[in-house]
Amino acid sequence: MKILAPTRRRLIMTGAAASVGGLLLPGCDRLSEAPTFRRFLDSAETLNLHAQRLLIGQRLAREFAANQISPTFRTNGTDLPPSPAYQAMAQAGFAGWKLRVDGLVGRPLDLSLDQLKALAARSQITRHDCVEGWSAIGKWTGVPLAAVLRQAGLGPGARYIVFHCADSMDGQAQGTDFYYESIDLIDAFHPQTILAYALNDRPIEVGHGAPLRLRVERQLGYKQAKYIMRVEAVSNLSRLGKGRGGFWEDQGYEWYAGI
Amino acid sequence: MAEVNVGVERIYRHRLLIRITHWVNVVALCVMLMSGLQIFNAHPRLYWGQYGANADPALMELGAMEGPDGSPVGITRVGRRDLRTTGFLGVSREHGQLTPRGFPAWITLPSYQDLATGRRWHFFFAWLLVLNGLVYWIHTIASRHLARDLAPRPAELTPRHLVQDIWDHIRLRHPTGEAAKPYNTLQKLTYLAVIAILLPLMLLTGLTLSPGMDAGFPFLLDLFGGRQSARTLHFVSASLIVLFVAVHLLEVLIAGAWNEIRSMVTGWYVVRRGRTP
Repeated sequence: MKILAPTRRRLIMTGAAASVGGLLLPGCDRLSEAPTFRRFLDSAETLNLHAQRLLIGQRLAREFAANQISPTFRTNGTDLPPSPAYQAMAQAGFAGWKLRVDGLVGRPLDLSLDQLKALAARSQITRHDCVEGWSAIGKWTGVPLAAVLRQAGLGPGARYIVFHCADSMDGQAQGTDFYYESIDLIDAFHPQTILAYALNDRPIEVGHGAPLRLRVERQLGYKQAKYIMRVEAVSNLSRLGKGRGGFWEDQGYEWYAGI
Repeated sequence: MAEVNVGVERIYRHRLLIRITHWVNVVALCVMLMSGLQIFNAHPRLYWGQYGANADPALMELGAMEGPDGSPVGITRVGRRDLRTTGFLGVSREHGQLTPRGFPAWITLPSYQDLATGRRWHFFFAWLLVLNGLVYWIHTIASRHLARDLAPRPAELTPRHLVQDIWDHIRLRHPTGEAAKPYNTLQKLTYLAVIAILLPLMLLTGLTLSPGMDAGFPFLLDLFGGRQSARTLHFVSASLIVLFVAVHLLEVLIAGAWNEIRSMVTGWYVVRRGRTP
């Protein structure tokens, strides 16, 4: 009943708000679509990034106890990448899969799942926050991204790490519009930023991004790239996709998703 | 007073900074509410605790079902009770067509479903709201507006006076003359509750929704019992602010809309003398 009351209160407001809203809304919709105004609104992202970096530094996301894990960890976005090449790899238990690490690195790498699992692992029980509003808690195990980057040796011009994924977002088997994400070096070298191969002590399922997904725990779900095929170090994000640093970023979502 | 003509006295009631912050607040709160409902619509379910997603039990949910004639029926589920709210919640008209969506298009920003844009509006105006609130608070304390006009006198807090004040409000009787100059007791308590409890609660529960802020300030999670509890409390406190605004507008109408609105624009408020309630 606690929740019911507000909706009744809103009904009281309906009349007043409708008359104001009827005038305001078309104007606000037009403003939302005007490039200049949109840039103005979008400027808050820079403020959020700098304010949060100042306030939270390198602090860790909360890690939960085993009894706080969500009974069901829902999947989101791609459930099964449509490409036949990916599906064949999945059928083979990712035996032939290799993670390519290249771009502005001294020693480009091709790492098999076994090679990744041979590196020192980190497990963490963390909360996954979808931009839509829901949260799920799960235990992720993987290799700290920092370890992989150190092995590859970042070049002097490297500023961002880009994750290229196997899921094409146009739904086509021979798709071109592949999911990608990017983070800067502050998040790339954060102790909780891992390339995860296990969820709740089992190999990550296809729906959750098998065989490897990113966990960057202080940001929203769309930053946690699934089906990673390639990690690339770059100096800037402008030549990828529409230049905003990620698939959802190219659709208008924030590159800095700490909020 | 030496006023001779009609028993009318003009008093300077609202200082410039109060008037500016008031109207900035009006704009910011409207945008925050409407963009907030846009964001809510992306996942129109509320939970309690650290986590919560579709498979977990919800406290409240807006959804849609197919009716017997095939047209969508809006359902508001509170606990285990289902209420049909077609036209407003769960299902409402968008371009004349009954469409499944949490809150209706006329109250979300943008009117069409667009989470990314809703978030851009919300986070820009959140800064405006917070900065405006800071200016207001500093001014309110420094100018002694808080001590002089908002803090109730001890005599006002006696049960007898409070009951009288509540009774006057129920009968919609408003003070005139000298008694109309200061805020009345319920008015003071309500304003204090909004500026000292409700708006800070809004801000803190909002910050708890940020995974970045949760890393920096994990006590926020303990304070509200988790991110999903904070999301529910964010919604509840927004609803209470809507209730406050509704009552506030009603009181403005009852007390004399023209005089009240003019005083919040020019600062000058007219008090009629010589009459008692």
